[in-house]
Amino acid sequence: MAVTQVNPTRMELSRLKKKLNTATRGHKLLKDKRDELMRQFLELIKENRALRIRVEAAIKSANAGFVLAKASMSDQTQKAALLAPKQEIMVDISHKNVMSVDIPQFSYTTRTPNADDIYSYGFAFTSADLDDAVKSLSDILPDLIKLAEIEKSCQLMASEIEKTRRRVNALEHVMIPQTQEQIRYITRKLDENERSTQTRLMKVKDMMLKDAHGY
Amino acid sequence: MSRIAVYGDRESVYGFASLGLDAVYMDKDNASDQFRKLCQSSGYAIIYITEQAAALLDREVERMKELLTPAVILIPGVSGNTGEGLSALRSSVERAVGTDILGD
Repeated sequence: MAVTQVNPTRMELSRLKKKLNTATRGHKLLKDKRDELMRQFLELIKENRALRIRVEAAIKSANAGFVLAKASMSDQTQKAALLAPKQEIMVDISHKNVMSVDIPQFSYTTRTPNADDIYSYGFAFTSADLDDAVKSLSDILPDLIKLAEIEKSCQLMASEIEKTRRRVNALEHVMIPQTQEQIRYITRKLDENERSTQTRLMKVKDMMLKDAHGY
Repeated sequence: MSRIAVYGDRESVYGFASLGLDAVYMDKDNASDQFRKLCQSSGYAIIYITEQAAALLDREVERMKELLTPAVILIPGVSGNTGEGLSALRSSVERAVGTDILGD
């Protein structure tokens, strides 16, 4: 690996050693974070998938109901029936921190406690298919909100895992080897300097001895 | 307190209005502006969008994935399930794990 130019000094060496220490510790921590995030993500994604399949099937049957209802009613009656909804849904968002990822938690309240308020029309002019369709949509509403919560969490966690993985890889394959290489380079250079001083001294000593005593 | 919106063509979303969700009908000519405005109005915690509408608004939907709220969630529309919702799930697995491990 190509070594970027570093000063072969003791100060630089101790700086790099500190850097390596931090990088190794950071790498270990990030790796743990990635593994834990991954574990939770996989659990969540399984739940997400099951929920999605269930919700999609339910919406499909509700949609079929709406189509049937439309077929047996005039367009105007149907529009009028759903024009002014009685019920209203409010969502409260709170946040949960999972390994430094903020994930939303939705809890919902309906404006009126009466479950029958989903029918915003009199039953006289509308077809029964409409009631069934509305009812089946209302039945999956808790699942639908749960799906939103889990799917959003999955999306957020996926992007966090991606980021963490990149960081782990960058530390593991670039930063740490590079620093190690630089440390090795400086140690070698310093050792070499020391050896060269040693030999020079020996040489000088020899020369001085020769001059003084004629050895 | 936030609200929930359902976005898509009229046929697919009007039923949700009866539950007390805000049904927003897609304006085909101006969909991306309309959807962006919907996302930016802070009143919504969750926006359900039909797969058909999401297919037209790919970029916007993708952008919302990074943000905490609103949660943009795909649902099948009246014209059937395109499988887009599950494949979005798959893409987030691919993003996190590096490969699709969900199987089929």
